[in-house]
Amino acid sequence: MAGAVQHDYHLVNPSPWPLIGSIGAGMTAIGAVAWSHSGDGGLFGISGPWLFLTGFAVLLITMAGWWRDVVKESLAGENTAPVVRIGLRYGMILFIASEVMFFVAWFWAFFGAALFPGAGDPIILTDGTQMLNADGLPAYLMNDSRQHITGGMWPPAGVEVLDPWHLPLINTLILLLSGTTITWSHYALTKNDQKGFITGLVLTILLGIFFTFLQYVEYNEVLLYGFGDDVERMFTYKASLYGGSFFMATGFHGVHVIIGTIFLIVCLFRGLAGHFTPERHFGFEAAAWYWHFVDVVWLFLFASIYVAGNEGVFG
Amino acid sequence: MAGTATNTAEHHDDHVPSFFVRWFFSTNHKDIGTLYLVFAILAGVIGGAMSGLIRMELMDPGVTFLTSFTDQNLPEAAQLDAAKNFYNVLITYHGLIMIFFMVMPALIGGFGNWFVPLMIGAPDMAFPRMNNISFWLYGASAFLLTLSYFAPGYGEQLGFGGGWVLYPPLSTENITGPSMDLLILSLHLAGASSILGAINFITTIFNMRAPGMTLHKMPLFAWSVLITAFLLVLSLPVLAGGITMLLTDRMFNTAFFDWTAGGDPILYQHLFWFFGHPEVYILILPGFGVISHIVSTFSKKPIFGYLGMAYAMVAIGFVGFIVWAHHMYTVGMSVNMKAYFTAATLVIAVPTGIKVFSWIATMWGGSVEFKIPMLWAIGFIFLFTIGGVTGVVLANAGIDHALHDTYYVVAHFHYVLSLGAVFAIFAAWYYWFEKMYGIKYNVFFAGAHFWLMFIGVNIIFMPQHFLGLQGMPRRYVDYNEAFSLWNHVSTWGYLITLLGVLAFFVGIAASVLQRRKGVANPWGEGATTLEWTLPSPPPFHSFNELPKIK
Repeated sequence: MAGAVQHDYHLVNPSPWPLIGSIGAGMTAIGAVAWSHSGDGGLFGISGPWLFLTGFAVLLITMAGWWRDVVKESLAGENTAPVVRIGLRYGMILFIASEVMFFVAWFWAFFGAALFPGAGDPIILTDGTQMLNADGLPAYLMNDSRQHITGGMWPPAGVEVLDPWHLPLINTLILLLSGTTITWSHYALTKNDQKGFITGLVLTILLGIFFTFLQYVEYNEVLLYGFGDDVERMFTYKASLYGGSFFMATGFHGVHVIIGTIFLIVCLFRGLAGHFTPERHFGFEAAAWYWHFVDVVWLFLFASIYVAGNEGVFG
Repeated sequence: MAGTATNTAEHHDDHVPSFFVRWFFSTNHKDIGTLYLVFAILAGVIGGAMSGLIRMELMDPGVTFLTSFTDQNLPEAAQLDAAKNFYNVLITYHGLIMIFFMVMPALIGGFGNWFVPLMIGAPDMAFPRMNNISFWLYGASAFLLTLSYFAPGYGEQLGFGGGWVLYPPLSTENITGPSMDLLILSLHLAGASSILGAINFITTIFNMRAPGMTLHKMPLFAWSVLITAFLLVLSLPVLAGGITMLLTDRMFNTAFFDWTAGGDPILYQHLFWFFGHPEVYILILPGFGVISHIVSTFSKKPIFGYLGMAYAMVAIGFVGFIVWAHHMYTVGMSVNMKAYFTAATLVIAVPTGIKVFSWIATMWGGSVEFKIPMLWAIGFIFLFTIGGVTGVVLANAGIDHALHDTYYVVAHFHYVLSLGAVFAIFAAWYYWFEKMYGIKYNVFFAGAHFWLMFIGVNIIFMPQHFLGLQGMPRRYVDYNEAFSLWNHVSTWGYLITLLGVLAFFVGIAASVLQRRKGVANPWGEGATTLEWTLPSPPPFHSFNELPKIK
């Protein structure tokens, strides 16, 4: 069995990156806890951001080093057999599937609040009056504290929301347009049109950066004015049922846009260096798939949080 | 491996690297599998020791045992508080360690890594480097878990004691110390590790089967790992989202689970169990695969109803995603929801029944040999069936209202997990030990291991059914004197099991000392899968020439 290798699979040589990356991930995680507890004594004597930042730097070095190895193997023709390239496709599709399930959690939290802003039916006693809870407030079958906070409506009473037909709509159009420019870029690449490939890719990156910039402008606006009259309400207990689900869902999307933009920028440099051929360009294709995924998540965010939520469709 | 030295120069892939590079920078599925097995054994010892402390405390009513682990200079009341916190911490970490750091690494990381590529005739996993980061992220995760155990949690007390499910508000408001944050990030790392591992398994199985091996000819263990991997990819990110919400509730004052701000603690339970229920199938499905091979091997018959067995696992995996709220019957959900979740849960009994009856039908009329792995496999079938039947009882929302959070539930999930999944792990260990390490296991100690453990675990957990039916609640350090008889018996069962575990380790030492040389296929005609065509242990890169399947 140990004779010459007679198959096309990619047998990888031992690599230091998995171990280094895991150490970096552990340092980042421990550092984050130590940093966040700096105010109350830190963690085992560690406080401040240094461990977090060091760990994060190790992670970045790992990513750069690991992917550099992958690119080198690709250029050396070690991982370019058709069966290996199919494997890479499976890997990317499954990674995106897991990302989709991650967003399911945030949509679950949003819909759990937006579809059920009240507390279900009031509890009516046999004498026809509504039961009172321990605080002397009217009691409901489900979550009556939510009823008292939201007023039984979505967006919650007193929350002044963003107009979906303003910047959010423009951002939707930007991302949709970027979906077409990345397709243009991909099509040009398969037709060996280097100029079209680069132009389409640069446009996509610029649109991605523009999207992030507009989100920044919008975040600034809500952070400045809040979702109501009270500036403090954003990240305090009172209004963060709306603010929390809004910021976490759109924030995680924003992070993914930034990651996707970096992925595309890397592909731009690789494209300029001539790494992609009309037949073989999976790195670029994976970036394009990721970009489309980010795009689709935004469409769901726009439709459910901005339009249906803010326009009061859920009641 | 003998032939490798000559052509090392041309084929660097066949070369076995130096010690450090081999075990720390590994890209070899068999070495990584061994690393996982060592990791799982270590975690099992720690988690098992914790259950020992729990059982010793529960041997007699009153807080009698754990106080001896507290600072003796403290006043008596403070010692009592510390002991109570210690108990809560023990049950929490026992659960987390056994699930995330023992069963999953053993079955998926260990045996999955070792035998999925061998069984499908692949030279390695699809992404060997990613395989290694899956392992080392587990190491980072275990490190964080350990730190969390020793970090302040509830007030000045160390560790988080809110149960392995991490429900708010216990995990948000009551535990202010860094222990809980470390625990959350530990689970993030373990989750990332498992997702990467799962992606690797799915790609390997879809893309690297030997020529001629269609999915419908693939060994059932590979099927079981494939389905498990899909459950991991689809369920773990939801947990990641849920525990991220815990983290932001703790650190950034969001209000996902804070009802005083309109949030909903039940939301966490939904997110957790949307992951948690597939998770229990993640724990048991690879065991199903292992048992199918062992029963078939030692009955000298092909598995009964091969396709039915494969698709029964698919059905269990699918239905496993739509039954999660049966863990939450008592949160106040509507009668209609309870009716749905009861019905959907009972449906799972059908494919599970297919599995159990097909194992029995495989043995029926076979030439059954009661070698050690077969003993474990039959033990598995017996114990898992008991756990399954109590599961059918608990699936009914009406009955669950009486039994929820009692020892009946504890007995149920220990019968399917610590007796089911763990018996599958030991069955796999003895079935493949010779293949993996090229030496034969010691039959005497392996037999003693089985019988001591089989008797021991039944004495631990069978009485817990009675305690549950009498109404003893779980997760309490103390209990009414009326429950003392069966608790006493249960603790004696633990001590017998401990002897069994001792026999396991002595058995390993004995096999290493005896060094009886293994053969390629010790089980004879019944063992038909590809790993038995290779020498024991297999060469560093198993198949340089792919096997052809007719």
